[in-house]
Amino acid sequence: MLEVFIFATLNGLVTGLLLFMLASGLTLIFSMMGVLNFAHASFYMLGAYVAYSISVHLGFWTGLILAPLLVGMLGALVERYALRRVHQAGHVAELVFTFGLAFLIEEAVQFFWGPDTKNYQSPDLLDFPLFTLFGQEFSAYRGFMIAISVAIFVGLYYVLTRSRVGLIIQAAITHPHTVANLGHNVPLIFMGVFGVGTALAGLAGVIAGPVLTTFPGMALVLGSIVFVIVVIGGLGSLEGAFIASLMIGLLQSYAIASDLGVPDLLSWLGLEFARDHPLNDLWTLTLPQIAPILPFLLLVLVLIFRPTGLMGNREQ
Amino acid sequence: MLRVDDLHAYYGKSHILQGVSFQVSEGEIVSLLGRNGVGRSTTVKAVMGEVPPQGSIEFKGEQIAGKKSFEVANLGLGYVPENRDIFPTLTVRQNLLLGAKHGKRPNRWSVEEMFSMFPNLAERADVHGGVLSGGEQQMLCMCRTLMGDPDMIMIDEPTEGLAPRIVEQVANMLREIANRGIAILLVEQKLSIALKISHRLYVMGHGRIVYEGTPESLLQADDVRSEWLEV
Repeated sequence: MLEVFIFATLNGLVTGLLLFMLASGLTLIFSMMGVLNFAHASFYMLGAYVAYSISVHLGFWTGLILAPLLVGMLGALVERYALRRVHQAGHVAELVFTFGLAFLIEEAVQFFWGPDTKNYQSPDLLDFPLFTLFGQEFSAYRGFMIAISVAIFVGLYYVLTRSRVGLIIQAAITHPHTVANLGHNVPLIFMGVFGVGTALAGLAGVIAGPVLTTFPGMALVLGSIVFVIVVIGGLGSLEGAFIASLMIGLLQSYAIASDLGVPDLLSWLGLEFARDHPLNDLWTLTLPQIAPILPFLLLVLVLIFRPTGLMGNREQ
Repeated sequence: MLRVDDLHAYYGKSHILQGVSFQVSEGEIVSLLGRNGVGRSTTVKAVMGEVPPQGSIEFKGEQIAGKKSFEVANLGLGYVPENRDIFPTLTVRQNLLLGAKHGKRPNRWSVEEMFSMFPNLAERADVHGGVLSGGEQQMLCMCRTLMGDPDMIMIDEPTEGLAPRIVEQVANMLREIANRGIAILLVEQKLSIALKISHRLYVMGHGRIVYEGTPESLLQADDVRSEWLEV
């Protein structure tokens, strides 16, 4: 029991921190633009594919560094030459634009890399068990994922709350005119934030690619969960996104690892149903089966009982 | 220092500024007076590039009409907006630091100097800007703009909603700023401090300058005051 719990916690941590890398950029960009960037997870997918292509020729480590930079640059260009113009047409136009961009990137990925799953491998250097507990191995690559995510979180937190640039970003999000009147180039700051946000999504893709498989649907799989996280955490709140990411990561991981289900509940209640009952599927449902819908269930509950999200303070 | 000539500005279809001309020289305190809605704030916003201007705006000999706000600010023109806009989640010290530009020439002002001028800001250096009183926010906002080391500042209704004692402090501070050779354009609705500290003043009405003179001459001109200023 204890070993299941420890490994589920570790795996939940890996997923949760990975989700946070996406959610942090998304929530920062949301605070700036006022709309959710539907294409955010597409930059995550691009990160995985670009890194895969680089890794084939130059190795995993070169891809780890180059791919996020390239994706971030692409993100900055999208902001500078497309989103900034669309912004003048209002929020709905922006939303539709990012929605279209998501499809465009997905099609482009299929066009250039094909519809099949890529054999993107974690580096040989990390191909060993980090430790063995109760006879079960925890791979060094997963440990590496945790280390990178934590480093990014600490770095991001430091830059945003301690550095001058971070203070300017914080101020520009709420008071763009005042910040401009003090002589700061606000559009450039926003382009930078967009670039860094998409680069983080790209980095998440690079390190997730070998574990969660690199295929054209990977943006879709993670994209919806990331939106759920940003809403649960409270739109625009970095702390909220962090808590919600870990919550969702752990929740899913525990659900998958547990062997509990409706049959256990029924036997605990002393009830029994016939095997040939039409609703037999429902009586035999187990937690691992419903793990994928748990985030959405949590989203509905949070929206009912705390519509602003955990840490959100939505202005009325 | 600042020379505005035949300035026009529009909000949608309404013609707000209809040919405003005025100038401010080095080290001078000039007031721009007028009732609500005559275009005083719009004039300042047009100079800063927040409202698209038409006409000529020359600052230190350079044409700045059509430049972006941050470019105008970086040329040395500071702006203290009417709504004060303190960054509420940042501390007083952080608010001040954001006013400073990336260190090029030596700054006429330092954070320590600001704190010695305003001991009550110093006491609250590490408090969030959002919890300051109206008077403290006004002081902080002026200090924040000065941290950018401007050659001229435009300040919009600095005394609005402040207690008389604080208004006096604001007036003293403006004199001190002018003593250091910084030109001031003071935008006010009330005459109180404008008459005391201005070298020259302009009165606006219906998007135009309707009177130009000195505090003494305005005191004599009863007709101007009753037609354009008194409520």
